[in-house]
Amino acid sequence: MSDEPLLEVQGLTKRFGDRSACHGVSFALWPGEVLGIVGESGSGKTTLLNLVAGRLAPTAGSIRFRLGDGRVVDLARLPETERRRLLRDEIGFVHQNPRDGLRLNVSAGANIGEPLMAAGARHYGTIRNAARAWLARVEMEGGRIDDLPTTFSGGMQQRLQIARALVIEPRLVLMDEPTGGLDVSVQAKLLDLLRRLTADLHIAAVVVTHDLGVARLLAHRLMVMQRGAVVESGVTDQVLDDPQHPYTQLLVSSVLAA
Amino acid sequence: MKEAPILRVAGLAKSFTLHAQGVRLAVLDGVDLELSPGECVVLEAPSGSGKSTLLRALYGNYRVDRGQILLRHRGAVVDVAAASPRLLLELRRETIGYVSQFLRVIPRVPALDIVAEPLLERGARPPEARARAAALLAALSLPERLWGLAPATFSGGEQQRVNIARALIAEHPLLLLDEPTAALDAENGARVTALLDERRARGTAMLGIFHDAAARHTLATRPYPLRERNRAA
Repeated sequence: MSDEPLLEVQGLTKRFGDRSACHGVSFALWPGEVLGIVGESGSGKTTLLNLVAGRLAPTAGSIRFRLGDGRVVDLARLPETERRRLLRDEIGFVHQNPRDGLRLNVSAGANIGEPLMAAGARHYGTIRNAARAWLARVEMEGGRIDDLPTTFSGGMQQRLQIARALVIEPRLVLMDEPTGGLDVSVQAKLLDLLRRLTADLHIAAVVVTHDLGVARLLAHRLMVMQRGAVVESGVTDQVLDDPQHPYTQLLVSSVLAA
Repeated sequence: MKEAPILRVAGLAKSFTLHAQGVRLAVLDGVDLELSPGECVVLEAPSGSGKSTLLRALYGNYRVDRGQILLRHRGAVVDVAAASPRLLLELRRETIGYVSQFLRVIPRVPALDIVAEPLLERGARPPEARARAAALLAALSLPERLWGLAPATFSGGEQQRVNIARALIAEHPLLLLDEPTAALDAENGARVTALLDERRARGTAMLGIFHDAAARHTLATRPYPLRERNRAA
């Protein structure tokens, strides 16, 4: 096991007025690990994800990220230009609604190619080949490469968004309810895809979900959040099979068995 | 002379607190146990007395209230009961295998890949992992036409053979077995038993629950009665 964590979050806190949306959250994440964050709506899961993604500024706490060259930076205190570079080159984000992560007025191929161009790729043929390869990787027909995302189904849009987020081979990917709002059969396909991609690329991932079934399949470890704080954490099956905290017990016992 | 134990359990206690019901269920207390390579120790106690709970605690699937679970891992001794999530995942990749009674089906993933996954997680190359998975499924006589299919539609016995193959492929030095043959017919049960016995003879340490008398008779080198005093009141 490589002993340096990729990401080390400490005491992360976000207050909106006198309300604490995220309170004193700490965790570490290593390459290849998928961390699930579960809890009901309003528990602070998405706030936490947005803090780590630099989409919100924390009130307190640090987010230490190990760069590709070994340097460690605090995402919460990074100058804006460097933070943007980092979010572009090393951190991917997958939104619940693919429309938030895609550009709807350009083709599927351009959606995948853009992040590569932003990262410095210039050769049209190379970019187009990469886009084609990624379409295949997310199980989409290469023939759709010039179609607009608006002509795709929700499941296809989500797969395209995943291709756009992963094409730069980020070292960390943050996902907010990646399978939310999709049909169950489409969800299963997407879960299988995410499982394989995170394992194959050895990416570290943080996945926010309210679906404990999704958490069990995707996450190695879980954190359970309630009212902005982490109430329980551990190996996924341990948290789900032997929940200790009253809130976790409530969550686990409320799931309908199919 | 017996080899040094791979597992030493000392003073293990486990209870469940159900907050919504305001109930605390004490299940295990004061469990002491040693297990050496090449041994197959069989847990003996009536149903509902905590045998499966003990196996799950040793695998880190359940947390424990008190006690130590000392495991030999990479030449050192670690306490499973106090292991960080990250260390626990490593212990499961390399040292402790666990065969549950039922396969947890993963949607859309073919049987062959489910079996190969533990080897891939340990860094094996995909062709090698798949070849080993195929060899195990063949040894467990799972029809080859099923290998490329997701096991959701398989019979209970077929799913269980996938489950056993997945647990055996990584060749963990310690195996925890919770009625591995329960869902199998006599012929397939005997095949699994023979495979396990071969592993044991090569030095794998096993701790198991077997209601199947034939499996128990072939595999057990020593019984471990979970005594009344270990079963918390």
